[in-house]
Amino acid sequence: MTTEVATTRTITYRQALNETLRAELERDEKVFLIGEEIGVFEGSYKITAGLLEDFGPERVLDAPIAEEGFVGAALGAAMLGMRPVVEIMTINFSLIAIDQIVNHAAKMRSMFAGQVSIPLVIRMPGGGGQQLAATHSQNLEVWYAHIPGLKVVAPSTPADAKALLTAAIRDDDPVIFLENLSLYSAKGEVPDGEQVAEIGKAAVVKTGTDLTIVSYSRGTTTALEVAHQLEAEGLSIEVVDLRSLRPLDRDTICASVKKTGHAVVFEDDWLSYGIGAEISATIGEGVFDFLDAPVRRVAAAEVPLPYAKALEKAALPNAADLAKVVREVLNISTTANDK
Amino acid sequence: MAAKARTRPKAGVESTGGEPAETLRDYYERMSLVRAFELRSSEMYARAKIGGYCHLNLGEEATVVGLTAAIETRDYLFTGYRDHGYALLRGLSPERVMAELFGKVTGVSGGRGGSMHMFDSEARLLGGYGIVGGQIPPATGAALALKNQETAGPDAAAVMCLLGDGTTNIGAFHESLNLAGLWKLPIVYVIVNNGLGMGTTVEMASAEPDLYKRAASYRMPGVRVDGDDVLAVRDAARDALKQARESRQPVLLEVMCYRLRGHSVVDPARYRSPEETTIAQQSDPVPSFRAELIASGVLSEADAAAIDEAADVRVSEAVVFAEESPEPAREDLFKYVYATPVANAPSALPGEPVMDAL
Ligand SMILES: Cc1ncc(C[n+]2csc(CCOP(=O)(O)OP(=O)(O)O)c2C)c(N)n1
Ligand SMILES: [Mg+2]
Repeated sequence: MTTEVATTRTITYRQALNETLRAELERDEKVFLIGEEIGVFEGSYKITAGLLEDFGPERVLDAPIAEEGFVGAALGAAMLGMRPVVEIMTINFSLIAIDQIVNHAAKMRSMFAGQVSIPLVIRMPGGGGQQLAATHSQNLEVWYAHIPGLKVVAPSTPADAKALLTAAIRDDDPVIFLENLSLYSAKGEVPDGEQVAEIGKAAVVKTGTDLTIVSYSRGTTTALEVAHQLEAEGLSIEVVDLRSLRPLDRDTICASVKKTGHAVVFEDDWLSYGIGAEISATIGEGVFDFLDAPVRRVAAAEVPLPYAKALEKAALPNAADLAKVVREVLNISTTANDK
Repeated sequence: MAAKARTRPKAGVESTGGEPAETLRDYYERMSLVRAFELRSSEMYARAKIGGYCHLNLGEEATVVGLTAAIETRDYLFTGYRDHGYALLRGLSPERVMAELFGKVTGVSGGRGGSMHMFDSEARLLGGYGIVGGQIPPATGAALALKNQETAGPDAAAVMCLLGDGTTNIGAFHESLNLAGLWKLPIVYVIVNNGLGMGTTVEMASAEPDLYKRAASYRMPGVRVDGDDVLAVRDAARDALKQARESRQPVLLEVMCYRLRGHSVVDPARYRSPEETTIAQQSDPVPSFRAELIASGVLSEADAAAIDEAADVRVSEAVVFAEESPEPAREDLFKYVYATPVANAPSALPGEPVMDAL
């Protein structure tokens, strides 16, 4: 990170995104925004509020409901050196554009032997818990994290939202920038001035010695909450915030687990073939000899998410589920290997 | 096929002449029910009885009544997410529709779908789709199945597929209409053109804003009708359905109406100018149809008031039912994932171990 930190302000994740888009639009005239309802309507979640007014309709382009069309159009503009930042209203709708993202944006640089690069950013929120029912509540990060040629970031704080979005816009490759519905109003300290994160790096956001929780995006917030709660019970929990899902910072994960000997992954996606599966395999390959207990995953129940509040709550992983599993992992180890 | 100018406020039926008084009264009862239901939905949302996204048919009642009056019991209906009125007038009880909004097990989709996902296989309402354009390919496929299952004729079934003006810009719309045109499918695509996507106008979103003209690309008749005129909507839809069932000729019908409020209950619609809001209010089909029926002597003021009162009572009963209904049981979380039971189907709740030690 390059820093010229003098002051910080406490702002929301939403505001951090808005300010960063504004700063990048000001800095580089090749940057422009495309998305549904981002101009006149100011964005479904108001991330682009005020930008149409200040930058005009050529820099803030309202698109019809045509995800495949406008994502592909952004890709084409990127091929000619523009730096489009696309907003897809939610990650669920990105499935309509997935051909342009996976078959085209992710492939071009390699397939055309480096003759073209794709400085494209696709921003979109995922997340359940708002009673939006099965088609509007998905966490499809692993769909993109699986694809070589894409970079996938998932900031959990307003500060990271700023630094990672800045990095994503200045990056010469397609970056999938994952936001989360439940983080938009979250507040945090954000350093003023230019902040550019290094994509591909995780962060230890809380140190501890007994167990490592690995998470990302909204999950990191819950992980920290649980870690602090268990601290009061005398447990020392380390929290690793992935920040980047592709590439994955395996060293940071393994270094932490090597120290603590225990790991739990907290993820919002479905369990089978999810982010946690990749983390667990990494820990198994990297630091198996240092593990005192099996790695456990806390993930969503594998159902299309129901609308009814009670069912939705039952299906989504929460702080209580995480705390329970952390205790189970630590108990297992203390009874199994009498240290 | 006269275009209805958006700038010209005009509401009410062209003429009620020749229509039996019973029918007109019935249509007003239906419009009044949808109006009362939607106003109450909005209120229940504000009281947090309803969650998620909630899109209302306010201002579109004449369209809802006209279209559902045209469709026969044997026909199939697919809609987008602005679906409460269609569910009600397809014959689903207000109790079951309100219970769905409340997320109760007695709801039309067992509380699992919510506002955007009304479904009733018996009533041949095959959804309720939250993804823009999601309903168009399956509706087209339903018409393909009908073509295989039945011979064309006045007694054949057809499919009616509803979609918004904004939805005509998604690829699935164009792919599906091409299939229907090519394969001669018994389907009527109805564009409910309320002038807006969320805040984006038709003119901002569609290179050809006369949306019915898009039919030409698929050699399909394209028809535009005034959506505030319940009889005109019904007659245009009947005629389109007749072509679909008897001649396997798909039709694109564009119904011009206004959305009275925001895109969903949480949208204050600040992007709308006061003039636009005034036009939408002046075109409100419910009071104008009411006034029309009183003026032509079909209803007295007292009759109309009694109908409105009855609609309100009906909706109150639905709210009580929804309120008192149980929530779906947690044990049933995985109940409907697969039709054919399968070995090793996941059934772990968050935090449960993925397997027992072998
Ligand atoms: C594929 C997809 N993209 C975006 C959305 C978000 N969205 C929901 S409704 C809507 C506007 C649709 O407008 P229109 O088709 O005119 O229907 P109306 O709401 O006016 O009835 C949008 C953009 C979505 N649900 N699905
Ligand atoms: Mg519309």
